[in-house]
Amino acid sequence: MTLLTRRRLIGSLGVGAGGLLLSGCDRIAASPKVQDVLGLGEGLTMRAQRLVTDRTALAREFAASDMSPVFRTNGNTMPASDAYQAHAANGFADWRLQVDGLVRRPQKVSLAQIRAMPARTQITRHDCVEGWSAIGKWTGLPLKLALDAAGVLPSARYVVFHCADDFDGAPYYESIDLIDAYHPQTILAWGMNDQLLSVGHGAPLRLRVERQLGYKQAKYVMRVEAVDSLARIGAGKGGYWEDSADYQWFAAI
Amino acid sequence: MATQPIDRLPAGGDLIYRQRRAVRAWHWLNALAVIVLLMSGMMIFNAHPHLYWGQYGANNDMPWLEIGSDGERGYLRVASITIPTTGVLGLAGGEERAFPPLVTIPSGYNLAAARQWHFFFAWLLVVPGLLFWFWGFISRHVQRDLAPTAEELRPTSLWQDIKDHARLRFHTGEAARRYNVLQKLSYVGVIFGLLPIMVLTGLTMSPGIDAAWPWLLDLYGGRQSARSIHFICAALLAAFIVVHLVMVLLAGPINELRSITTGWYRLPKERDQ
Repeated sequence: MTLLTRRRLIGSLGVGAGGLLLSGCDRIAASPKVQDVLGLGEGLTMRAQRLVTDRTALAREFAASDMSPVFRTNGNTMPASDAYQAHAANGFADWRLQVDGLVRRPQKVSLAQIRAMPARTQITRHDCVEGWSAIGKWTGLPLKLALDAAGVLPSARYVVFHCADDFDGAPYYESIDLIDAYHPQTILAWGMNDQLLSVGHGAPLRLRVERQLGYKQAKYVMRVEAVDSLARIGAGKGGYWEDSADYQWFAAI
Repeated sequence: MATQPIDRLPAGGDLIYRQRRAVRAWHWLNALAVIVLLMSGMMIFNAHPHLYWGQYGANNDMPWLEIGSDGERGYLRVASITIPTTGVLGLAGGEERAFPPLVTIPSGYNLAAARQWHFFFAWLLVVPGLLFWFWGFISRHVQRDLAPTAEELRPTSLWQDIKDHARLRFHTGEAARRYNVLQKLSYVGVIFGLLPIMVLTGLTMSPGIDAAWPWLLDLYGGRQSARSIHFICAALLAAFIVVHLVMVLLAGPINELRSITTGWYRLPKERDQ
């Protein structure tokens, strides 16, 4: 009896492997059950990584000599909206960063005010989900200072970054949890490689949340919103790429 | 099922119990994990089919390896050598893709799904792998069956085994109960070399792990070096699988498959019988 079941098990494993090797694989892969099982791996990976790593650890900072000679751009390199282009044309002089949501004192801050606040400069590695890396120097306002100025309410669990760019009308956005939001290397960068941030790299402000992949590094940040849930934003998965192409919200791997 | 008589040493033709349950279970779980990891890994590679050495590397930097297409011809370029690979790599079936759809999971371009597969099956590699390591030492499978003896490692006996393999003269009778030395070296190389390097270089590509365990970056010389080593070891694993399967075919696929599935192996008859 046990032998039979074992044989059957081995047989079905063999059939499964054969199926994978053929194009039937895609049908298996697309089934909701398989997606659910694979999703368990994602949750396990996130919990395991949080269990075995120090969540306050700093990403490695490099020397100026380690920097990429050319730091490529990717994603959107020029937001399409008229409002953004008007701001870009006059050097973001009338532009304001909005900090709101679950905060005591919603803020509207000018770029000049942000640049006058304490800044952090870090030379870090940017890792695209595709596999490439580039090392650049970022200067910006620690997100903690912006959040503290607004007074985040205890009910907040995530910080959402609303951006000026879009893909076919779907606005870009990203989100991180509060541990990453208050991490000392998490900054709203207005400078890159000793210059003001260029439009291609996300002017006027780009999120740098080191320890996560490139799609988390939202460019063209217009509004920082503290929320208790991601469910009501976009399609509810926490970011443009998470919503549109099922990229993992947990982007530290 | 015939078992060996206890009054004599097993000889050619005898059915012996050769593979224990843990070896068989791990072998098949690991085979499944490695195959899915290789296939989903090739899809992930397709997202950026260039490899670099060092901490950084992107489109404007010099790759040491790339798979690409000029629109009409596919190629594999290693340093300054360009090998035409149309129909296999770079360009196949009219599609510009580093690895062709036939060998990737998913077959179409889908980086998010490939990552989901890759990281799920990575658990199937790591957890049973660690259990197998643990069991292997406790049960002395590693020390007794996998570790080559000093005698086997002498150049003359190594050379003899290489010649035997080249002539396809596999061990028979009582000698076929044990792994031969080339088998031992390749199994040890995979279990204690390639597989752990795959896992560690994989972890080195994680920006979260790099922050917590920066020694990984020092060990492999940067994230892009780790990515290159990950790819090289994957290629070596694929080569191991090919040689392993060829050996199974040459040594008698039915007997070998029965042995790794049920544990029972029929000792090949001595040649002079």
